[in-house]
Amino acid sequence: MQLDAKIPGGPLETKWDRHRFDLKLVNPSNKRKFEIIVVGTGLAGGSASASLAELGYNVKTFCIQDSPRRAHSIAAQGGINAAKNYCNDGDSIWRLFYDTIKGGDFRAREGNVYRLAQVSNLIIDHCVAQGIPFAREYGGLLANRSFGGAQVSRTFYARGQTGQQLLLGAYSSLMRQVARGQVTMFPRREMLDLVLVDGQARGIVVRNLITGQVERHTAHAVVLATGGYANVFFLSTNGMGCNVTAAYRCYKKGAGFANPCYTQIHPTCIPVHGDYQSKLTLMSESLRNDGRVWVPKKGGDTRRPEDIPEDERDYYLERIYPSFGNLAPRDISSRAAKRMCDEGKGVGPTGRAVYLDFRDAIQRLGKAEIEARYGNLFQMYERIVAEDPYKTPMMIYPASHYAMGGLWVDYNLMSTIPGLFVLGEANFSDHGANRLGASALMQGLGDGYFVIPYTIGGYLAGTKFAEVSDSHPAFQESEAEVVAKVKRLLSIKGKRTVQDFHRDLGNVMWEYCGMGRTDEGLTKARKLVAEVKAEFWQNVTVPGSHADLNQSLENAGRVADFLEFADVLLLDALARRESCGCHFNEAFQTEDHEALRDDVNMSHVAVWEYAGEGKEPIFNKEPLVFEFVKLATRSYK
Amino acid sequence: MSSKTINLTLKVWRQQGPKAPGRLETYKADNIPTDASFLEMLDIVNQRLTLEGKEPIAFDHDCREGICGMCGSVVNGRPHGPERETTLCQLHMRHFQNGDTVVIEPFRARAIPVVKDLVVDRAALDQIIAAGGFISVNTGQAPEANSLPVPKDKADLAMDAAACIGCGACIAACPNAAAMLFTSAKISQFALLPHGRPEAAKRALAMLAKMDALGFGNCTNHKECEVECPKGISISNIARLNREFIKAAFASRENLP
Repeated sequence: MQLDAKIPGGPLETKWDRHRFDLKLVNPSNKRKFEIIVVGTGLAGGSASASLAELGYNVKTFCIQDSPRRAHSIAAQGGINAAKNYCNDGDSIWRLFYDTIKGGDFRAREGNVYRLAQVSNLIIDHCVAQGIPFAREYGGLLANRSFGGAQVSRTFYARGQTGQQLLLGAYSSLMRQVARGQVTMFPRREMLDLVLVDGQARGIVVRNLITGQVERHTAHAVVLATGGYANVFFLSTNGMGCNVTAAYRCYKKGAGFANPCYTQIHPTCIPVHGDYQSKLTLMSESLRNDGRVWVPKKGGDTRRPEDIPEDERDYYLERIYPSFGNLAPRDISSRAAKRMCDEGKGVGPTGRAVYLDFRDAIQRLGKAEIEARYGNLFQMYERIVAEDPYKTPMMIYPASHYAMGGLWVDYNLMSTIPGLFVLGEANFSDHGANRLGASALMQGLGDGYFVIPYTIGGYLAGTKFAEVSDSHPAFQESEAEVVAKVKRLLSIKGKRTVQDFHRDLGNVMWEYCGMGRTDEGLTKARKLVAEVKAEFWQNVTVPGSHADLNQSLENAGRVADFLEFADVLLLDALARRESCGCHFNEAFQTEDHEALRDDVNMSHVAVWEYAGEGKEPIFNKEPLVFEFVKLATRSYK
Repeated sequence: MSSKTINLTLKVWRQQGPKAPGRLETYKADNIPTDASFLEMLDIVNQRLTLEGKEPIAFDHDCREGICGMCGSVVNGRPHGPERETTLCQLHMRHFQNGDTVVIEPFRARAIPVVKDLVVDRAALDQIIAAGGFISVNTGQAPEANSLPVPKDKADLAMDAAACIGCGACIAACPNAAAMLFTSAKISQFALLPHGRPEAAKRALAMLAKMDALGFGNCTNHKECEVECPKGISISNIARLNREFIKAAFASRENLP
């Protein structure tokens, strides 16, 4: 597998400018001759669809939901980072770049991350112009707050629903292009295969989720923006529909899968409370601006939190990480919470929770101010848990939240398959081994608004295309495979439901591949996953028909792919002989239980190549070169 | 949190397809944990139906955090059920009593027809947005973000309106099947911001014309929409929409589409 990252040479600050100049252009009248498929309508897919259509390309956009406004980007709460330095507190593009690359535990590319920091400011300009009601100060100018892993306030926000507002902004731009006829929208379609002709991505095969019909769609390039795979853990903060299928099917067609073991466990989620539970709910990281995290000093303390006096509380994040305190990055905070619970100091009925307490902030700022900042989050908590967080501290526990790993892409965001571009959470490129808060929105929109419009032009202008229609044998083959798989799922007629298998898979992954990993556990997990997979194909029951809206069938296909993908994730975790960011192998830790990197042997991107049914994937690596930052032990103390 | 369970009788609207006749079917929902959400209750029932070899109840859902706008059914006559400002996915079973009968039906309006069981087709809402629910700015054109200050109270009001999740509960609640609350939320958001003013007249005219053309009714001040809106969108947005529309129709040079 060729892994040329195509990072331009020269000074970091001018790489992107020079690259944009070097990219070939498609002249305006030629743009209308090209068709581009975009799969997914989250921040990355929505913004890419709109921007490409504005340039004059013919865009066909697909999503699994009933409307492009629903993708799970909508649930992002806290905010979006940018290096505007409006707070005059020492921020700069360089600092955002450095915080992000350090936050990722030095496992991301300098060139990509620097570009991300550069375009961050353009994103805010564009979103404000789109009419996004960001929070403002009384003078009418934009407000900022701070987020984990940073000591400056650079996060822009729209109450506790920033993702919703940014997504609706991208969606409104997208709908404007639909009205102009420049985007054709295909909602309720699930991509089930990527079609290659002469080695180039030339189309996709989708299932119409309402009629069950399998459809073929051709294009000159395919842009995948299908999000992350955190639902491999079954319980996660992702939407119920989030899945790995589109990315995994591209992997099976030859796209390299990079760093699948980098999965983020978010520290502040509502704890698990029953085996009927379908998902976990995130409480925004922004809450840690004012909330203090603590556990009782004594294990097994069953008093109400309000009754535990100050000197019997351990504000462990403030104690262990005095300079970042409650705003320590996600991976660090999550592991600290786990450690407290492992030591028996966890609270709540299951002992797997810690307190997030607003008592001091309410005393300092008043209830009204806290309500203005976090009202909707407090309301959501109360609705789910039936306790009032203004009076009783919240109980929180880490949960699977985000995937830093994803399909490998070069600097142009193109995968190892020519013509297949991958944006947003679906790619691996910018967050290294751990993503900082408020950086996902930045990356999704950066990729879609400000990177792909340039880089896809370079590809289209410099590539020769054969005429391809949807009756090409490659489409026929692809469709036949998809139809066969659907039939097979419906024909098993076993005794267990799809959700049941998904939950089994999730239990194995969370137990052995969650916050703490060991070689023995990972090896055992591979065996257990193989068993679940084998039973799935013998004993799953999928009711209903293929020619109809059939949600069980949709899920069955997704769980089948998760069961295969899980093994790639476990293999990657085993192959990474170090701890870094969110990947924590207990054999590699410092005396203080922090992640211990091995920069000599492990400073690379691990890229997995599909080798065929039943064969172990092939390991490839892209070395990470650091010319501008010095690798340092990541400390937040 | 308690680990109590309750037993319910469900009467659920089952309809095989848009053209097929529908009917209410009765199901037992026993041993439902009161800490489960309404959709988790439906998950439990669906697991049982699947194991009995029956087709599970189709219902739309995704984020289960009350923000994507995908879920929503009429529960005992009320869109999203009995709790104020709560989507169906955030409604928890502790609000029901042991022995209750719960009637679950799809949102109903001619412009958002049933697809299957509780799933409806809300494409009409996308069409209303496509008619003018945007600010025409291409990527790359925007000036510096702080170059245009926005008074905080205006920004806050715009945010109140922008909180709409596009679920369609307002339409289901309205005796006229109007999409006025939905449409007014978008028109208000942009009308309140200086960035949205250049197209305000055109937007109001175009979105209302599209709304009418799609077969939605109009507002006659029943205020049911405001009561049922899971995001607490105020009908004062409809008043603002009316002002914008009248201003546009009488005082602007835009033609009625």
